[in-house]
Amino acid sequence: MNFMPDILWSDKLIFLLLAALSASAWYVRRHEHLLLPWRRVAHSATAMVSLMVLSLFLLIGLLDSLHYRAALPEKNNGETVYSPDVLSVFDKLVTPLRTHTEKTYSAPLAVTLYAKESTTDAQGNVVRDYPRLQYGGAHLADVSSRDGDIARRSLIGAAAGLIAGLLIVFAAKRWLPAHNWPKGPMFIAMLIITILIGALANLASGYHVLGTDKVGQDVLYQSLKSIRTGLVIGTVTTLVTLPLALFLGIAAGYMRGWVDDVIQYVYTVLSSIPSVLLIAAAVLMMQVTIDTHPEWFDTSASRADLRLVFLCLILGVTSWTGLCRLLRGETLKLREMEYIQAAQSFGVSTLRILTRHIVPNVMHIILIALVMDFSALVLAEAVLSYVGVGVDPSMISFGTMINSARLEMGREPMVWWALAAAFAFMLVLVLAANLFADAVRDAFDPRLSQTE
Amino acid sequence: MKYYASCLLLLLLAACDGGLWNNPYPVEDEGKSILYTAFTERPKHLDPAQAYSENEYEFLAQIYSPPLQYHYLKRPYQLIPLAAAKMPTVRYLDKSHRRLPDDAPGDLIAYSEYEISIKPNMRYQPHPAFVRDYMHLTPSDLSSVHSLNDFPETSTRLVTAADYAYQIKRLANPQLHQPIFGLMSEYIVGLKDYGAMLQQMIKNNPDASLDLNSISLPGVQVVDDTTYRIKIHGKYPQFIYWLAMPFFSPMPQEAELFYAQAGMRERNLTLDWWPVGSGPYYLSENDPNLRMILSRNPYYVSELYPGEGEPNDGQEGLLVDAGKSLPLIDKVVFSHEKETIPYWNKFLQGYYDASGISSDSFDQAVQVSVGGEASVTDAMKVQGITLSTSVATSTMYTGFNWLDPVVGGPSERSRKLRQAIAIAVDFEEFVSIFANGRGIPAQSPIPPGIFGYREGEAGINHYVYDWVNGAPKRKSIAEAKRMLAEAGYPDGLDEQTHQPLVINLDTTATGVGSKARLDWLRKQFDKINIQMVARSTDYNRFQDKVRKGDTQMFYWGWNADYPDPENFLFLLHGAQAKVGKGGENASNYSNPEYDKLFEQMKNMDNSQARQAIIDRMLEMLRRDSPWLWGYHPKNYVLQHDWLHNVKSNIMANNKLKYWRVDALQRDALRREWNQPARSPLWLSMAALLLFCIWMWRAIWKREQAK
Amino acid sequence: MDVAGDLEARTSKMIAYLIRRILYAIPILIGVNLFTFALFFVVNTPDDMARMQLGIKRVTPDAIENWKQQHGYDKPLMLNRAASGTGKITDTIFWQKSAGMFVLEFGFSDDGRSISREIATRMGPSLAIALPTFMIGLVVYVSFALLMTLFRATALDMAGVALCVVLMSISGLFYIIGGQFLVSKLWHLVPISGYAVGEDSIKFVLLPVLIGVVGGVGSSSRWYRTIFLDEIGKDYVRTARAKGLSELHVLFRHVLKNAMIPILTGVVVVIPLLFLGSLLTESFFGIPGLGSYTIDAINAQDFSVVRAMVFLGSLLYIVGLILTDISYTMVDPRVRLS
Repeated sequence: MNFMPDILWSDKLIFLLLAALSASAWYVRRHEHLLLPWRRVAHSATAMVSLMVLSLFLLIGLLDSLHYRAALPEKNNGETVYSPDVLSVFDKLVTPLRTHTEKTYSAPLAVTLYAKESTTDAQGNVVRDYPRLQYGGAHLADVSSRDGDIARRSLIGAAAGLIAGLLIVFAAKRWLPAHNWPKGPMFIAMLIITILIGALANLASGYHVLGTDKVGQDVLYQSLKSIRTGLVIGTVTTLVTLPLALFLGIAAGYMRGWVDDVIQYVYTVLSSIPSVLLIAAAVLMMQVTIDTHPEWFDTSASRADLRLVFLCLILGVTSWTGLCRLLRGETLKLREMEYIQAAQSFGVSTLRILTRHIVPNVMHIILIALVMDFSALVLAEAVLSYVGVGVDPSMISFGTMINSARLEMGREPMVWWALAAAFAFMLVLVLAANLFADAVRDAFDPRLSQTE
Repeated sequence: MKYYASCLLLLLLAACDGGLWNNPYPVEDEGKSILYTAFTERPKHLDPAQAYSENEYEFLAQIYSPPLQYHYLKRPYQLIPLAAAKMPTVRYLDKSHRRLPDDAPGDLIAYSEYEISIKPNMRYQPHPAFVRDYMHLTPSDLSSVHSLNDFPETSTRLVTAADYAYQIKRLANPQLHQPIFGLMSEYIVGLKDYGAMLQQMIKNNPDASLDLNSISLPGVQVVDDTTYRIKIHGKYPQFIYWLAMPFFSPMPQEAELFYAQAGMRERNLTLDWWPVGSGPYYLSENDPNLRMILSRNPYYVSELYPGEGEPNDGQEGLLVDAGKSLPLIDKVVFSHEKETIPYWNKFLQGYYDASGISSDSFDQAVQVSVGGEASVTDAMKVQGITLSTSVATSTMYTGFNWLDPVVGGPSERSRKLRQAIAIAVDFEEFVSIFANGRGIPAQSPIPPGIFGYREGEAGINHYVYDWVNGAPKRKSIAEAKRMLAEAGYPDGLDEQTHQPLVINLDTTATGVGSKARLDWLRKQFDKINIQMVARSTDYNRFQDKVRKGDTQMFYWGWNADYPDPENFLFLLHGAQAKVGKGGENASNYSNPEYDKLFEQMKNMDNSQARQAIIDRMLEMLRRDSPWLWGYHPKNYVLQHDWLHNVKSNIMANNKLKYWRVDALQRDALRREWNQPARSPLWLSMAALLLFCIWMWRAIWKREQAK
Repeated sequence: MDVAGDLEARTSKMIAYLIRRILYAIPILIGVNLFTFALFFVVNTPDDMARMQLGIKRVTPDAIENWKQQHGYDKPLMLNRAASGTGKITDTIFWQKSAGMFVLEFGFSDDGRSISREIATRMGPSLAIALPTFMIGLVVYVSFALLMTLFRATALDMAGVALCVVLMSISGLFYIIGGQFLVSKLWHLVPISGYAVGEDSIKFVLLPVLIGVVGGVGSSSRWYRTIFLDEIGKDYVRTARAKGLSELHVLFRHVLKNAMIPILTGVVVVIPLLFLGSLLTESFFGIPGLGSYTIDAINAQDFSVVRAMVFLGSLLYIVGLILTDISYTMVDPRVRLS
């Protein structure tokens, strides 16, 4: 075997989430009444289109979560030695993006560096000019043919993308179960996505489509890598929030009495601390713990990863209180319902009442809260990184990108592309998540539906 | 809607008062001789006994007058009297305090005695501490006091030699944070015991205030009102450099007594926040969250602008003000500017006259031009912005921990490894990417401008560089790989275990831009197939690790206290090791031969013999390569056209008194650069209006339809 | 009916309620205090704090001991076995550093400045930004939401909602960076950063307030819109409209009036927190408020300041909760305080 899978903590959690998601999807499919609101979601064009975009991001994130360490050519007493570099399947797929690093800044689609440099020409004179890039546009013999080449490449890429898109659309038409899908918008969106990917991929093979950063790394690669970090923060956090809020909220609402008092006390204390301060304190503490135990980590990736997981944990601890309060209130209300009173008087066990009657009836609240939280968490990461308590600085994320790109705005001439890339990618991700969340909320909570 | 209207109204009002809309300063200050600059981090200490960092000296050096100063224009750096009437005289004494001739050999000298006579007519800044009535304030007197300016009366008095002696005693006061007590107690006679005695007194009676004037210190003797003597152990020629630092400023006892009164500390009225100095400026407004203002000290006994400097200074207009009395600017406004982008933009808009010293933001502005010299961009040239650079007396290095089994120690194996890494890490590229060319790759710990530095081929580190065509050229990667193989790591793999070689780098880099730096470093190690793992921690943890020797490689820097090679070479002195000895030798390098030479070189006067010893020491260092020598950053000042007499001077912090601004030119240029773009306002107004009309019509139509 | 008596009964009930709530706040504050104390002392040993404050060059172990002694960090954390009687508890870092907070005596920061004084002077600038942002924001968001409600289920409404979603999908950092770039750098309309006391403050406050308002449009307007729509679906509105009242009349007289109850009671809780200012805005615009104070303290790891701010934040939050309850009873007398 010339590689060794290296499953990081966040990978485990992601796959755990994925398994949970599949299991609940399977469960929902078998129950018509649970499927009903989802059918409503599936009717909405915006929801389905944003779901498609989200799935694309999710796919990138998942590919980026399959980590491995490549084997080194040399063997140690017959034992394979693995590189300390942790790569992901996604890294492998976009190897040229990852390895084609220039010396320093270059603008999007540029063939030269962004600043002039002095070089010595054949005659031994010092010449001051923009040096050619090592990779970006290196196939061009003549710089002036760049525009034509770009146009050609993007057209070819787009055409290939279009063909692939059409194939997918036809396949979908044929194989997709008959259902009232918003077919038109979905197919158009699919075509747009494939055309974009095609053009982008073809361009990226010869250029740095979004330019390079200070140390010459490809900005497109960084933007794509940021997606996973954002997704992890948005989803893994729920692994903490959900059990805490569900268990404590329902316990408080159903048991009342001193249980209620204690739980209320805990969440009032937690929620009364300004969350940034709480997160800052916890992150600093975690950092100390990580620093004092270097032996826990065999690679720097696992270090950064543990910090990410911890950050999710901490965000979870600070964000469960809101949902808990909602659940407690709803449970209090449900508890007074006649059928539950009746069940109680028939001597149905508490556990059974909770699992059969209470939990299913608060599920929609949980679902809505979770999808709404996702985008807030992705946005929060950027702010926390600014305060200095976000993800590990060696980890690529939207926050770290914005934070370093911010200073580049002050350069003369201005370096804008890293900031623009982070902005665009983040906007698309959060926008899709928001639109999807809206559709879910409308479907599950008809009271709030858009029209009268 | 209402908001926009009120917004606009306010803007119009602002426009009516004649000022520029984006002028952050009051309109009435236009045309005045005021210098505008900024500070990024608020100073922690403004007490000359406690302050020891550059951002604090930026203020203190203008406020306090130590006996000596560096000549503003001359190079190499030269000490001249400031408060002293003439340069101090030194007498050497033997063990039994008998006078020795000036050329006595160093090992005979048991004591050196410096006699300093100060100018007779110097006065302190106006300050309430000199008003006798304010010495016994009751809580009710203080009830309306919120800042020092709330005291209606101020006064002054003559500066005496006793004040200088008092301040030296304060260096040992355990109630204060004493950054140089450890060092000075080894030199100033009796200071160590003095500190211990004070410590004991505090322990016995924690609440009493110490009256330092009544407790004598044997090493410091006040001869008369204008003369005092400092006696130090042995011969320590570098001592005179310390006399140019704020640690040796005069301190009136009244100031301490004044601030010690009940209720002062609760109002943030402490000597650490409101200095009492005799320098050209005094701190007239102290709101470190917003701005700090220095005003001209009306009692300052004037000195004159120097009449001579380096040969080029006359041409560059630095001697125009020769003979004028200092300071030339009436007021200095330091604004607090935490974020770099606003700082930089305000500078471009003309609202700061020069870049501050600790402003990384300005890195971005500077380009490297032909020949590696930094210059400003074309757009800035049009604005008249100029740049002056000079190599700082500091060094940024990457140290190896000498105690580490892999990269440390004197063995052949580890030395080859270090040398290979030294070749691979391309600091020329580092300087060009991260410092925008503002730095020179270091050949040894000694930066240019310090005795012991050698120009040209004699000064290069020939373990890393070859001398090609009159310039140093870094050896090839192939050479580095060969070294690495010789060290027992062919192609980055350990010969015995076949495991890849992994080296950990400890940094405090957790902020912006650190990722790029670490990525770059990783790239350098990749060149010779070594895996570099960066372990970023906060500063505390980092210091702790270094103190325990729990590192492999680390990134650090050193800023010289004074321009002497001793202040750099001691960083590698075995007796200064961090581990166990708590010194400043962070890499714990130890080489008995080097240590011996160091002891010998330390107290010598600059001479051929000293240079020869230093050459031998540097050769040892280069061979052992306990540091990647890194680079010497270049200090730089970006300044506008209206600012005059700016010359980069790394040693002198009290340079503001030499500067001059042309306020009228500044006002004119500011006006030219900052005309508000009104069109977006009109456009948004029009759009808003159209939207309202359209809305109104739509609503009206709906109502009608009903 | 005895109106005066009723009022009196209500007032005394209110007072009893307030006292109960305030008493309830004390254990919460103690909990907050213990929690942050534990968290921070896991992070930072007193040695760390000393080193942080003492700077870079020439720091000796003696200097660290000295610093700890002067700042009261040489005592045991929670329990002093060496002391006798109550000293076992009181002669500890925890007691010394947190008992004073309950009477709002915050003591001194690690760099020797009085925290109470600092908070008092920094509250002004924070409010100068936060209060206008809050009030103007409320007006703008409500008007925008009303407009969308008026045109509900039309293309205009859809566009409004879409705009809201897009606006709320943009990170707050971009609003600030973009706003500074356009308004200050390109157009020279206001100073880029800084602050002044008194009248001069207006030009410094304009841009942060504008950015604050724009940054909140998305989520708030959308939320208010749902509240309005909720209200508009109720029977009395249908009746009113059936009576032939004009749409505008219904909207302003009935819907707005009734919807303001959930809106106002929803925002009351944040009013006390306005004192704390905004972390991001203040540090980007160089406004010397409590928000930037907090960030500085986090970066400098100034334990005393951070704990004081946590305490203050919790206190204000609890005040907000009490105010919310009171405002409920004010707008709707049927709500009983329990």
